[in-house]
Formats: sequence, C-alpha cells, structure tokens
Amino acid sequence: MTKIYSLWGDFLKGLWKQNPVFKFLLGMCPALAVTNSVINGLTMGLAVIFVLLCSNIVVSLVRKAIPHQVRIAVFVVFIATFVTVVDLFLKAQFPQLSKALGPYVPLIVVNCIILGRAEAFASKNPLPRSLFDGLGMGLGFTLALLLLGAIREILGMGSLLGVEILGENFERWVIMVSPAGAFLTLGILIGIFNLVSGRKKAAGSSGPSCHTV
Amino acid sequence: MSEKYLLVSAAPHIRTPEDIPKIMYAVLIALIPVVIASVYFFSLLAVKLIVVCIITAVFSEYIFQKLRKKNTTALDGSAMITGLLLALTLPPNLPLWAAALGVVFAIVLGKQIFGGLGYNIFNPALLGRAFLMAAFPALMTSWTLPFNLDAVTGATPLAQMKFAQSLVAHQALFLGNISGSLGETSALAILIGAVFLLLKKIIDWRIPAGFMGTVVLLSGAFWLINPEKFADPLWHLLAGGLILGAFFMATDMVSSPVTRKGKWIFAVGCGVILMLIRFWGGLPEGVMYSILLMNALVPLIDRFVLPVRFGGKRKNSV
Repeated sequence: MTKIYSLWGDFLKGLWKQNPVFKFLLGMCPALAVTNSVINGLTMGLAVIFVLLCSNIVVSLVRKAIPHQVRIAVFVVFIATFVTVVDLFLKAQFPQLSKALGPYVPLIVVNCIILGRAEAFASKNPLPRSLFDGLGMGLGFTLALLLLGAIREILGMGSLLGVEILGENFERWVIMVSPAGAFLTLGILIGIFNLVSGRKKAAGSSGPSCHTV
Repeated sequence: MSEKYLLVSAAPHIRTPEDIPKIMYAVLIALIPVVIASVYFFSLLAVKLIVVCIITAVFSEYIFQKLRKKNTTALDGSAMITGLLLALTLPPNLPLWAAALGVVFAIVLGKQIFGGLGYNIFNPALLGRAFLMAAFPALMTSWTLPFNLDAVTGATPLAQMKFAQSLVAHQALFLGNISGSLGETSALAILIGAVFLLLKKIIDWRIPAGFMGTVVLLSGAFWLINPEKFADPLWHLLAGGLILGAFFMATDMVSSPVTRKGKWIFAVGCGVILMLIRFWGGLPEGVMYSILLMNALVPLIDRFVLPVRFGGKRKNSV
C-alpha cells in the first residue's frame, strides 16, 4: 500500500508541488520560445515527455554500472540518443511542426529538466519510481507549456489550436506572439502559482516545499 | 503647549507640510491646460479617453490593493496622474477598451507589482504606453487631424519628416494644430503647466533643461552640418512628445535619480537616446523609449554619483 502511494506521489509532485516550470523555473528556453501557439507547446511537451521517460528508465537501469566521475557525460549520451530519435521522427512525420520548432527540438539535449531528473532522481532510485517521476515531471512541463501556449495563442491570434474563436473583429495583441508576451505571461502565471501555493501552505495542507535551483 | 511638541522621536524632526496628495494634485492642476488644449482640438474623443483612463486607473489600483489586503492609496492622486498622463500620450481615436487595458497594465504591472508608489522602476504611464505600442501597433499609430475627427488620418509631424521629408510650420507645432497624441500637440499648453510646477518647485529644472538642451545641441550640430536633410533645433524641440515627456514624465520623482549630478546624467542620456532614435531609428518618435531606457539605469546612476557624507572625504582627493 505504501509503495503504491509513494509511486503515486512521485508522479503527482511533478504536476504541482515540484512543477519544473512554475516552481523550479527549469526548461525556460523552450517554455518561452515555442509557446506562441498551443500546437507548438504540445509538440514540445510530448517530445520532452518521451525523452525524459526514456532517459529516466535507462539511467535508472544502469545506475549501478556507471562510474561516478563520468556520469554526466553518460547521461548526456543517453539523452542525445533519444532526442535524435524525436528529431528525426518529427522531421519525417510532421515536417511543418519540425520547422516551426526549429532548433528547440535538438536543444532538448541540454534541457535542465531532463539532466536534472537523471542526476537528482533516476540515478538514485529504482526503475518504477524513476518511471513515474519522469512521467509526472514531463506531464507537469507539458501542462505548463499548454497553458502558456493557450493564453498566448488566444490573445495573440484570437484562435485556439488554429481554430478562430474570438471572431473577426478581435484586435490581436501582437505582443503576445512575440517573446515579450512569453515573459509577461510566464511572470503572471508564476505569480498566480505562488499565490495559490502560498495560500495552500497557510492553510496547512501541504508539507515543507522543496526549493532547489 | 500641546503634547505634540513634547514627544521625542527619531529623525526627521523638521517636517514640511507637503505630502504625497498635495504634490500629486499640484501635478494634476498643472496638467489642466494640456487637458483643455486636447479637448479643444479633439473634443469628445479626448474627453472620453481621459475620463476612461482616470477612472480605470483609480479602480484598478483600488482593486489590486484590496486583493493584496493592503491599505488603499487609490485616491492620493498618483493613480489619477498615471491614468491622465497615459491618456495624454494616446492617439485620439484609440478604442476605449484598449486605453483601459493599457491603464490596467500601467497600474498593476508598472506600479503595484513592484510594491506601489515609490518602488516602481519605470514610469508607469510610459510602461502602459509601451505595452499598448507593442500589443496594438496599428491602433497606436493611426492618427487624427484636429477639428476633423471623422476618419481623416494624418501622419504626425515627425512621421511626415521621417518618411516624406516635409516640415510642418513652427507656429502650428507651438499652438498644437497638428495631428498627434492628445497631449503632445500643443507646446504652449504644456509650457503653462510646466512653469506652474517649476514655480512650486515640484519638478527639478535640471531634468527638462538637460533633456531639451541635449536635443537642441545634437539637432543643432546636425542642422549646421546639413540644413537640407535635418530639421532645425527649435523644430525638434516642439515636435512630438519631447516637451510633455521632459516636464511631466522624465521628472517623475520615483523613477528619476536623487542627486543633482545624477539628474544631469539622466537627462543628457534621455536626450542622446531620443536623438539617436529620431535620426536613425525605425520609429519617428522615441521620447517614450528614451525615458524608459534611462529609467532602467537610474539605480546605477544613483550609485555612481553617491554624494560624500558630511565629514567624509572624496575617494580620489587625497
């Protein structure tokens, strides 16, 4: 029973309490750069889920065989392998999306979330826990990107997932499609996130929160 | 003798009867000529924009402070100034919802997020305008000619010079019979208010003097080199939002340097950036960006020109 509960906890913490974007401010580069529309954010999120899941699994499996001194290099090789898989898959199946995301798909290699989870979690924990950790963190990242992308696409283009929803007369907020809009939206969302988690803490419903880089 | 005089308290012991509302309402009074001029030139459009901006400013300040459970300062006049100044920098036929959005941005993200009056880095009204400029560039650059408000669009004098090499007469610039944002058209009206503020010593003369002086020097130098291509200094002084910005926005007590030397540096920096934008920038006008950029440098300037403490020695005077 406790084991199931802890797996569930490994999964859930990535969604809210240790959300990589809103709590740890990791993976800022893709979170800001590709979220000008929902579909871009979703693609990036799914790509990160895949890479994170695979790298967590592999790192966790071979964690005892890796010499401590070279562990980072080994992790990066694993991650780069899966990123190449995603990159080639996107290029073959969704060439337009691949073009829209540009260099940000190959840049997943240096995404702090993935290396961070490998170093901080997967290299110290058994396979099931690492698997759920990767899933939760990846999903937390994807949800954050979806939220950012939805807000920016609705205000910046008056559409959602490419479908016009605010009508012809809607005056588009050009700033929301530009990088400045990404910073504004992210800042406001983090503010709201802190406000809500601060209230939760004040009500005593959550334990000590985890502050890392 | 009342007990008030017997109390021992920490410094400061000498108090002035001036307080925030008094200063703010004096600035509002100084803006009355500008408001009258804008209503004269743009009639109902100006009235609507100004009223909407001021009401939105006061309400958004009040609501945000209530949400954060703080004492409200919505009526101390500073929110009204932000709303009014922002309204004066807008094109007359901007939709009212866009103006209100800019005001909410100015008050909430330009001022209250930093901790309210006294803590904001940037001039809130200009920040609101910068947001509108970035969000709705098309709406923010469609201008109306005075007295002729039915969809007659006319480029501002600076835009005419930049893109069509034609100069508007000095007299029109001075009186304000030109297209432009609500408050920038009439130099005369702004100067009346500015004199009032200078006489009441609410704004420091160094900032407008340094700002406009730099503009005159730089534009004068280029005019002497090539009078065919560059407009004369007086023209540059009167065109665009320079006078409004120099007297009412660059002098914002919160977002300008504290020391006299710092004020000179700040003002000259504003002038240089403004002329860079007017001469070689993609935009015809740059008062807003020049002041905002120098606002960002104010903490640095204040640290750079730190005055020597009484009894202390200058670092390099030994």
